[in-house]
Amino acid sequence: MSDSIAALPSTNYPVERFTLPNGLRVVLSPDKSAPVIGVVVVYDVGMRSEPEGRTGFAHLFEHLMFQGSENLEKLAHFRYIQSAGGVFNGSTHADFTNYYATLPSHALERTLFLEADRMRAPALTAENLANQIDVVKEEIRLNVKNRPYGGFPWCYLPQLMFDSFANSHDGYGSFEDLEAATAQDAKAFFDSYYAPANAVLAISGDIDIAETTALVEKHFGDIEHRPAPELPSFAEPDLTAERRGQHHDPLAPMPAVALAWRVPDPVANLEEYLPYLLLAEVLTEGNASRLVERLVLKDAIATDVVSYLSFMGDVLAVRDPTALLIQAHYPPQHKADTVIETIESELGRLATDGLAAGELDRVRVRLVAQLLRESDAVLNRALSMSTFEQQYGKAELINEIPTMLAAVTSEQVQAAAATLQPQRRAVLEVVPGKGA
Amino acid sequence: MSQATISRPLPPLAEPRHAEPPQVTDKTLPNGLRVMIVQRSAVPLVEVRLRVPFAGTSDELPIATLLGETMLSGTSTHTDVTLAAALQALGGGLGASVDADRLLLAGNTLATGLPGFLELLSTVVTDAQYPDPQVAVEREHLADHIEVALSQSSTAARAALVKRLYGDHPYAVELPTPAQVREVAAEQLRALHASKVLPAGSTLILVGDVEAEETVRLAETVFAGWATSGVASEMPPIPALVTGPTLLVNREGSVQSSIRYAFESIRRTDPDYPALQLANLIFAGYFSSRLVSNIREDKGYTYSAHSSIEHSVAGSVLTMDADVASEVTAQSLLEIDYELGRLATSGPTAEEVEDVRQYAIGTLALSIATQSGLASTLSALVGIGLGPDWLEAHPQRLAEVTVEQVAQAAAKYLTPANAIRVVLGDADAIRSAVSVLAPIQE
Repeated sequence: MSDSIAALPSTNYPVERFTLPNGLRVVLSPDKSAPVIGVVVVYDVGMRSEPEGRTGFAHLFEHLMFQGSENLEKLAHFRYIQSAGGVFNGSTHADFTNYYATLPSHALERTLFLEADRMRAPALTAENLANQIDVVKEEIRLNVKNRPYGGFPWCYLPQLMFDSFANSHDGYGSFEDLEAATAQDAKAFFDSYYAPANAVLAISGDIDIAETTALVEKHFGDIEHRPAPELPSFAEPDLTAERRGQHHDPLAPMPAVALAWRVPDPVANLEEYLPYLLLAEVLTEGNASRLVERLVLKDAIATDVVSYLSFMGDVLAVRDPTALLIQAHYPPQHKADTVIETIESELGRLATDGLAAGELDRVRVRLVAQLLRESDAVLNRALSMSTFEQQYGKAELINEIPTMLAAVTSEQVQAAAATLQPQRRAVLEVVPGKGA
Repeated sequence: MSQATISRPLPPLAEPRHAEPPQVTDKTLPNGLRVMIVQRSAVPLVEVRLRVPFAGTSDELPIATLLGETMLSGTSTHTDVTLAAALQALGGGLGASVDADRLLLAGNTLATGLPGFLELLSTVVTDAQYPDPQVAVEREHLADHIEVALSQSSTAARAALVKRLYGDHPYAVELPTPAQVREVAAEQLRALHASKVLPAGSTLILVGDVEAEETVRLAETVFAGWATSGVASEMPPIPALVTGPTLLVNREGSVQSSIRYAFESIRRTDPDYPALQLANLIFAGYFSSRLVSNIREDKGYTYSAHSSIEHSVAGSVLTMDADVASEVTAQSLLEIDYELGRLATSGPTAEEVEDVRQYAIGTLALSIATQSGLASTLSALVGIGLGPDWLEAHPQRLAEVTVEQVAQAAAKYLTPANAIRVVLGDADAIRSAVSVLAPIQE
């Protein structure tokens, strides 16, 4: 096949940045093409930083940040965003927690006020805590305990792959730990991690730089400076012997398996990490990918197979240590070992023979097109810029990643495939059914 | 809120800046294919939706579902793998799906790849082969996927609800059984394709970095060969909904109950529609709704409760869902009925109506601010016989709704008396508590 490959496009989103005296970093990216804005506050704390005995606390705390603040009673945040015609949410990851909204641009100042008020003084009361512990337990029941394959593999595979509490524990948390959480814990967590100097504010869309700068200073400027916590190292040695485990899932009708290997530190070595991003696409993006073609279409031993970087899929917003994962669901007449050995044989073929002519180019141009497509929404731009700024000090990466991907060679992707050796992997099987 | 305690006042909203309504170039080709094009150049991509009316019968469901899974499995000139590779090389991607109303081919491509992308799309539409070996493989995968889907409480609850609502109508079953899928032959896929994938009644929507007139000519050239004659079949109207006892569906060992409510609703063109849209938002249609404030933010019974109006070709229905801890199933039903009854009998406050009005207008603008959002919105509207004029005029309709009209809409449609209730959960654990409130049926 000799499809000619489309030229790689790129974007040129503007980036303006400044830092307030209290340490809050601010990134602005104006775009007047539609009267909408995206506003994101990201705090440099995630599931890895929650204390032992308090699994799930970073996420629980995210819920508490919506429960009112110094000048806003409970429910007010939701109401003021939505009655301005906007939508909001928050999310908790291994390495960050973000709060975001997208709205008509005339709600800019209101949104900044809401974010500043909870950065200054959220209402961390025992009553709010008790209510949100109940809500989070229902969230976990909905997404994990009452759902086939719920939490697989992200809640379970890190426990097999890593040894430190920070990297290995289930970030959704145990009910026991959640129920033990106190308002005092919340206060301590806020004091440690929710300082303005530990946050980035990103605003994209229909804004004016001078006016927005003045509004940011007005609302965030008098939040008291507190030192940002030192970012700990979560480093762990790579695996030197395979680790195998089983997860029993009484709701699952058929088996599944997930394999994971450590990958280079994205922040320290982005150039070394990006070949793995392309490798994941070569392996499982669409019918023309290596593993879909072999496992799903040709051998028909799996009903689906996907590969991706980072347990939570936050590919370009995760720090070391993280992983490349391959996971497949397969019918019960097949064995996990058959699926694993077939994956191994395809990885071996890739490592030995390299990529086909044009294979990397077509995968790359599609990946770049998808990155561009995501950035069409102003909110997604602010989300990407906020973590790029926080983790890399470089919101401009939103424009530079396509160029960096263009520089990745077939040999680098081949070399990345060659690192996915059995002795470096962790393998978790889902054992399905009531007898499981 | 009590203004007296506020030390820092909430800033007012600034003067709104309105978006330009999308300019749609709308042309029907000689073969009957309608082409709608919107130029939106924010990113150098084009969103593509080809919507083919499919008005399926219940007997056709397993065939139609498998057709969606195998339409991209090969043509005379491409295998499943070379087709996928050719799309990728353009910076494109394409998927097919079928429901009771339509076949939808949805995708996107780099703008530079649009001519090649449309060629491939046209090839699929006119020349999909449904090769026996690929069909045999996909058939097994689909059967397995359906088995996995039915193990999820959300899918099982949905299946029970539509069966309860629609009886013998084709909308009563949305997923075939694995056994039904395993009986479908490739020849049936080819026959269904030949009878239903017709240009007449179909709509091609392109939104993105394109020049409209030039793109119309491109579509005209590329799809000229799609000349199958015939007229799309029509879906019979949905039956009147019949209320009755709460349907209790057992899911052994379930740690939550999936509560589903449904109500008769009205089309987007009904004069009462804007008022009902706002009444629905106040009830459970957005996070700041009465129901979410009650059973999540006050009582902690659920992670999410949500209601919405679903518009299908043959009718509209208003549905509500909430997954709650098993031990508070009855309490949750009580609170849902309480919020319904309270809104239907006492109406909303002026402040509530103003909040949801702004929410509805603002989120409509947000939903069409991206290429993909606009393409999907247009496709959904076209499917129910509406178009960009409806979209453009709707904010004004919402602006004119009065508090009284919202109260009337709630009292007419959104009442405990009109509700159809389905609860999927561990029947032995919840039966006695639930049956205290109303008669149940299992």
